[in-house]
Amino acid sequence: KTLSPHHLFVVHHPLPYHQIITYPKQMIRSLCASSTPLFRSSLSVPVLSRTLTYTQEATKKRVTLIPGDGIGPELVDSVLGVFGAAKVPVEWEIHHVHAPPPGSSGPQISQDVLTSIIRNKVALKGPFYTSSGVGAPSRNLELRKALDMYAHVIPAKHIDGIATRHSDLHVDIVVIRENTQGEYMGLEQELTPGVVQSLKITTRDSATRIAKYAFEYAKNEGRKTVTAIHKANIMKQTDGLFLECCREVAKDYPSITFNDMIIDNCCMQLVMKPQQFDVMVTPNLYGNLVTNVVSALVGGPGLTPGANVGGGLAVFEAGAHHVAADIAGHNKANPVGILLTSTLLLKHINLPKYAQLIEDAVHHVIKQKVLTADVGGSATTKQFTQAVIDRVNATKSS
Amino acid sequence: RARNLRSSSHLSPTSFTMFRPISSLFSLLPQTRYGLTAARTYATAATERTITMIPGDGIGPEISEAVMTIFKAAGAPIKWEVVNVNAETGVSDDVIKSVVKNKVGLKGPLGTPIGKGHMSLNLALRKKFNLYANVRPCLSIPGFKTRYDDVNTVVIRENTEGEYSGIENMPVPGVAQSIKIITYEASKRVAQYAFQYAVDNNRKKVTAVHKANIMKMSDGLFLKTCREVATQYPTIKYEEMMVDNTCMQLTLNPAKIDVMVLPNLYGDIVSDLCAGLIGGLGLTPSGNIGFNDTAIFEAVHGTAPDIAGQNKANPTALLLSAIMMLRHLGHHDIAGRIESATLSTIGEGKIITGDLGGKSSTTDFTNEICRKLKQ
Repeated sequence: KTLSPHHLFVVHHPLPYHQIITYPKQMIRSLCASSTPLFRSSLSVPVLSRTLTYTQEATKKRVTLIPGDGIGPELVDSVLGVFGAAKVPVEWEIHHVHAPPPGSSGPQISQDVLTSIIRNKVALKGPFYTSSGVGAPSRNLELRKALDMYAHVIPAKHIDGIATRHSDLHVDIVVIRENTQGEYMGLEQELTPGVVQSLKITTRDSATRIAKYAFEYAKNEGRKTVTAIHKANIMKQTDGLFLECCREVAKDYPSITFNDMIIDNCCMQLVMKPQQFDVMVTPNLYGNLVTNVVSALVGGPGLTPGANVGGGLAVFEAGAHHVAADIAGHNKANPVGILLTSTLLLKHINLPKYAQLIEDAVHHVIKQKVLTADVGGSATTKQFTQAVIDRVNATKSS
Repeated sequence: RARNLRSSSHLSPTSFTMFRPISSLFSLLPQTRYGLTAARTYATAATERTITMIPGDGIGPEISEAVMTIFKAAGAPIKWEVVNVNAETGVSDDVIKSVVKNKVGLKGPLGTPIGKGHMSLNLALRKKFNLYANVRPCLSIPGFKTRYDDVNTVVIRENTEGEYSGIENMPVPGVAQSIKIITYEASKRVAQYAFQYAVDNNRKKVTAVHKANIMKMSDGLFLKTCREVATQYPTIKYEEMMVDNTCMQLTLNPAKIDVMVLPNLYGDIVSDLCAGLIGGLGLTPSGNIGFNDTAIFEAVHGTAPDIAGQNKANPTALLLSAIMMLRHLGHHDIAGRIESATLSTIGEGKIITGDLGGKSSTTDFTNEICRKLKQ
């Protein structure tokens, strides 16, 4: 399929009839008929769309930008610097979401931010810090639930030039984590003093849709295997339901191999034989743990990109969302993760040339052994960013 | 500074609390590897101790046989009382009587029939004897190459509640719910055990692993209780780490982590992660500690029905658990001898079983260890 230079986006609410631009019937029919994504590339994140009623020709795409806490602002600066050098046609709409005051409850994210993301359909965000202790709700969870971003996609790939214990295995795993329920419901109560209960909820609808997302993703990216991660031998009804839904969805995708693995065995296999995994679909908590193990396999928390997808929106953030408050402001953070995340974003908004430019620049800089401290080098965040900018300028002028 | 370890609020893992020396003698005691206690000044090598042996299913009988042979060659003062637990008999009365009498048991792998609806046999044993703490020391075996060679962690996992309470239902069709319970009692027990273990085994740091930023009340209670217990052990460093960060740190740099204390689910996952770092479940010992000094040591791998009866099984896990048991009973010298014989056999890499990359049989491996012991 060739796409016209007009950018095509999924609309959250359909427009009134008089604003619909007419297109050749054949094009609309083919676009509406498929529920597959329109953008293809090695790292793209598909958005499941139903109907298209609106196209927009944009000279500059507006993207919401939320710097976040800890190392977030420095990483976002890095992205802004690189995008500026590459002259990416993106217009940023910056919103700050501050930490909730202690002891607060109720919505922490203001309606402006949510409206902005819904309007722009795409956002880039830094990490939010969630403190332990009753009364400080998680802004990450709130954002995901408010926008119904049910799938968290973390593609973790071995990077040439970063030496890890598993470098020779060329790890290439995509973790698709259910993002809205499971253990993260926040439904807790103290039954009697000293006895606390916490509810974990799994619904058939949410399990089915995350499984469907995972299989669609695998199909579009040309992946061969989807592995469901669970603990259904102990949690027979909750994880059992998750597994059952995955199995049902698997029947619709006979070309993709489906298998399942128990979470404890999965963690063991990940550190011993990670090459057996391809796409992994997991409930919420296990997804969090598996993401962290997989990020460590490729070199650390600073290296994996990620995206929260659902409800027609995509909010991109670095995969293992470590706030790293101890190194915040010290110019030590590793911007590779956020830069790769920004390339995912660019592919999603149909700017693949810029995405390739930035991705190649980052890989080139890493091969030149310009690395931050967490992966064994001595460069600062700014030095690494400058090296990427220099490479981008050199590539563009050649 | 003597600790009053006879106070009823303190649940001691050792069988010989009354004879514990004052803490200044701890530095003179040998560093234990898979030990549960080092604080003994009396030798009880003369008296024979009866231990319940549950061979288990699949490769269980062969590896139990191997362990009993090695213990005989080492001259360990252990008399074995073999009882059987299997799918038909379940945890029968004679098993219970035996463990209650002997207080210490060694268990091979038990198969859990999948999907049959009845409680797993492992879980049944755990409930019958109130085994509240699961201890899994993971130490890189010198000479056996994995991608990690500096692992020296101990996972102490709360074994009775948490996510494995088994309280599940479907309130509405299509919605399943599972209830996780955390209590002050259970958290305190396991935290106290963890700190005492650290003291007894010359460990420096205890890390409480949690997810209290999301599960604020449940993991928050666990965390608060660990903090409270930490104040009673000022010589041990205490830190807290989120479970996702723990998984990341273990995969990146496991040398930084010492003793961990965790609730049930996280403990399950992290202990298997640590086992993966050192080479798998075939090399990992495990002990379950209960009230009144009851302890059941076990091999945590599966029953391997595909190689059962073929003299191919690797008895290392059960053997290392048995060594842990010997230390629990105070037989440090014999435990040390068996341990060095086993580790040197594996480290030499010549006479090792198929799962470790060798070609030897169970009997060859056993005989080599016995030969080393007799030297």
